[in-house]
Amino acid sequence: MGSLTDRDGQFTIANFGTAGIAQAYVVKSFVASITISAVSALVGAVAGALLAYAVATGNPRGLLRRSVTSASGVLAQFGGVTLAFAFIATLGTTGFVYEFFQQRGLDFYANGVWIYDLPGLTLIYTYFQIPLMLIVFLPAVDGIRPQWREATESLGGATWHYWRYVAGPLLAPSFLGCTLLLFANAFSAYATAAALITQGGVIVPLQIANLLTSETGRVQPGLAKALALAMILVVLIVMSLYTLLQRRTANWLR
Amino acid sequence: MSRSRRRRLQLFRAIVFLVLGAFFLVPIGAMFEFSTRGNALTAPRNLDAWKNIVQTPDLTEAITASLELAAITCIAMLVLLLPTMVWVRLRFPGLSRVIEFICLIPLTVPAIALVVGMVPIYRWIEINVTDSILILSFAYLILVLPYSYRALDAGLAAIDLKTLSEAARSLGAGWGTIMLRVVVPNMSSALLNASLLAVALVLGEFTFANLLFYENLQVAIAYVGLVSATTSVAVAVAALLFAFTLLLILSFVRSRSGTAAADPADIQIAQPLAASGAIIGRAR
Amino acid sequence: MTTGGTEATRSGVEVRLEDLRRKYATTTALDGLSLTISPGELVALLGPSGCGKTTALRLLAGLEEADSGRVIVGGKDLTNVPANRRNIGMVFQAYSLFPHMTARQNVEFGMQLHKVDVLERRERANEVLELVGLSAHAGKYAHQLSGGQQQRVALARALAIRPKVLLLDEPLSALDAKVRSRLRDEIRRVQLEVGITTLFVTHDQEEALAIADRVGVMQAGRLEQMGPPTEIYSRPATPFVAEFVGLTNRLRGTVRHGVVEVRGTEIPLVEPGVPDGPATALVRPEAVSLASDGEMEEGPLVGTVIAVAFLGAMSRVTVDLGDTTVLAQMPTSTASQHPAGTKVRLALRPDPVLIQREEPAPVS
Repeated sequence: MGSLTDRDGQFTIANFGTAGIAQAYVVKSFVASITISAVSALVGAVAGALLAYAVATGNPRGLLRRSVTSASGVLAQFGGVTLAFAFIATLGTTGFVYEFFQQRGLDFYANGVWIYDLPGLTLIYTYFQIPLMLIVFLPAVDGIRPQWREATESLGGATWHYWRYVAGPLLAPSFLGCTLLLFANAFSAYATAAALITQGGVIVPLQIANLLTSETGRVQPGLAKALALAMILVVLIVMSLYTLLQRRTANWLR
Repeated sequence: MSRSRRRRLQLFRAIVFLVLGAFFLVPIGAMFEFSTRGNALTAPRNLDAWKNIVQTPDLTEAITASLELAAITCIAMLVLLLPTMVWVRLRFPGLSRVIEFICLIPLTVPAIALVVGMVPIYRWIEINVTDSILILSFAYLILVLPYSYRALDAGLAAIDLKTLSEAARSLGAGWGTIMLRVVVPNMSSALLNASLLAVALVLGEFTFANLLFYENLQVAIAYVGLVSATTSVAVAVAALLFAFTLLLILSFVRSRSGTAAADPADIQIAQPLAASGAIIGRAR
Repeated sequence: MTTGGTEATRSGVEVRLEDLRRKYATTTALDGLSLTISPGELVALLGPSGCGKTTALRLLAGLEEADSGRVIVGGKDLTNVPANRRNIGMVFQAYSLFPHMTARQNVEFGMQLHKVDVLERRERANEVLELVGLSAHAGKYAHQLSGGQQQRVALARALAIRPKVLLLDEPLSALDAKVRSRLRDEIRRVQLEVGITTLFVTHDQEEALAIADRVGVMQAGRLEQMGPPTEIYSRPATPFVAEFVGLTNRLRGTVRHGVVEVRGTEIPLVEPGVPDGPATALVRPEAVSLASDGEMEEGPLVGTVIAVAFLGAMSRVTVDLGDTTVLAQMPTSTASQHPAGTKVRLALRPDPVLIQREEPAPVS
């Protein structure tokens, strides 16, 4: 509701217009948010799906499966601060892996230290996207019954026939839905970015934070709320699509 | 399946686990490595950072506060949610959709947006009532709803509540007895589950505390990080291992006392676990 | 018979399993199984869980690989041929329909894989759907069909590709009793109409006896007996078969000169050449008759009726003889003359019986 007031508490819809969320820097942060979210969602979805398949084809009560799902449960929630530190410790300028490669002649920060900027953020996001994908996609993979594979074989189908006509179509809606979930996830994430990017509002959550708590005295709660509303809208759309897709497969994979 | 196909499958699995395992374990290993570094470049490795955890008052205060918050949230959640859900299930099955919807709302609203809305409320409380950090538990209760609802719902679904309560009633039990001696003992794993999820959520929460200027565990980690990176990383690793062990133990407990429902419940709970944490972005 | 069946389908092929062996880490599933199925014949493999019958079926289908032995279909050695090239139709116990396809699409799927053109596919699909009686439901999805209907679609799907052999893996086990008996007859009807060589696996002896041309009883990876249903039932070759198929009374007696004397009655033996001595005779309930008229002096075959189980046309009467209980089976009209509590005298019909020897006392 506060999105309809400006700094002086006066009623206005300016916050939705060019002086508000349509300002260049705000739009830029939206684009950045969307890009990072999309990329990390795709990478996370593919890697997570492969992992889910690897887990589902193993012993359902085995230690491997339990460990992987427990670890995923933890890592999917991985605290932003902790995660940022982990990556700094690994790939930062004093990090373990970076120094390892640097000593062998491969300096991947030669063109600029990207870990503290958008590309780094994307990489870090995949760290919790993949476990999240595992957790939300695994039930779908579990729902694939071995009889379908065997029936395909007895009817004359080879492995790629199976994936093309049976498993693929069955898993596709769930896969898409989970990818959307991952997108919404990355889009809403705040803490990691806060810990990693010390200045500027490169993505939307950071913008909002800045507007709420800025030290330069330019607190604009109204604008913050407008941005928040926009975020909610994006997430709502994505989540509705997700629910629709999940419902479609509910009958098939039970 | 044929032998050659099995072999190919195992090869695929081995590759996936090795590659992704490395991807995930290396940063954690690096964190651990970092936390044991000495002060100077050539100083020997030590566990100073870890010892520091208990020696830094700010940190220990924050850890205590977080643990207290976890306990309060957990208990409040159980006391409020479980009786309501049992009651709705038995008396008003139609309402269950409504409750489910309410419990899912916190899922769809990003934490940061939620904070924006709650700032004025908290300001008011701070000024007029108390500014102890424990009032965060009110917000956490809301955040925890989706997880705990799913966990308890799975548990209730697995025990055929209607039949059990009718049997107890026919033997003369009152509602209090039914809750305490029929429902709770049969749902021990679901209750454990819901509680652990609440604890995990509270311990991992950052966004709310940060933007409302409170210092809980995660916020403290961030602040300490500005001073002594190694200590802060040590705490982070400790928190991770703690949570992982909890969940792993949980996976064994459930299957022992479980029926066939235990395994699907496992995923049903893990899903909102990840989904809600994800969407809300509390920790991230 | 519907049109469209080719000669190849109607005459069926011979199936031979030669000395198949399959071991898993902890158990031996198949221990040298050999059997031959004549063209157009329906053979049922019957046995308890874990006896190896499903393993045998899956080896024939190509879904598992044997450790040793051969699978020969129509004269061709298929042992090393992968499942998708064996041209064998299979019906699973449950859940085998593809959930994202309609019944018709399921049926057409196999032909699609064999690159049959659209028109021919459609025509053939209609043909088999009609054969199983589901033309009206062709557009429905699996979750919209009942269990029995799903299995019929599965059968149609398996037959659509004109396989050489039809395999059925406990297709009725997941269904209700009433549906089960109706579908069982349906399957047999279809099988006879198409004339396809069929292997049917089940743990339900009633099913096996009702529809098979020959029944193979299995235990622990081996074939205990193979023969027509009547033979399996009335001339069991081993005690296991006698106990697994139908009900049996175990009565103590003594073997003397090629007959066994049980409680005062002499009954001929299936194998008269066994040595004399104490033994347990396996007597079928149908061979036991009751009378409650006349003299009821005490004797080894006089006892009291303790229960009557009404099974429809037949009833089963449990009689307490003091030191043992005996089951007798007879038409209900007869059984109603001897309600519970009546004192009765039993008579054992002299059908040849199997005996079991006592086990030697364990040496400590």
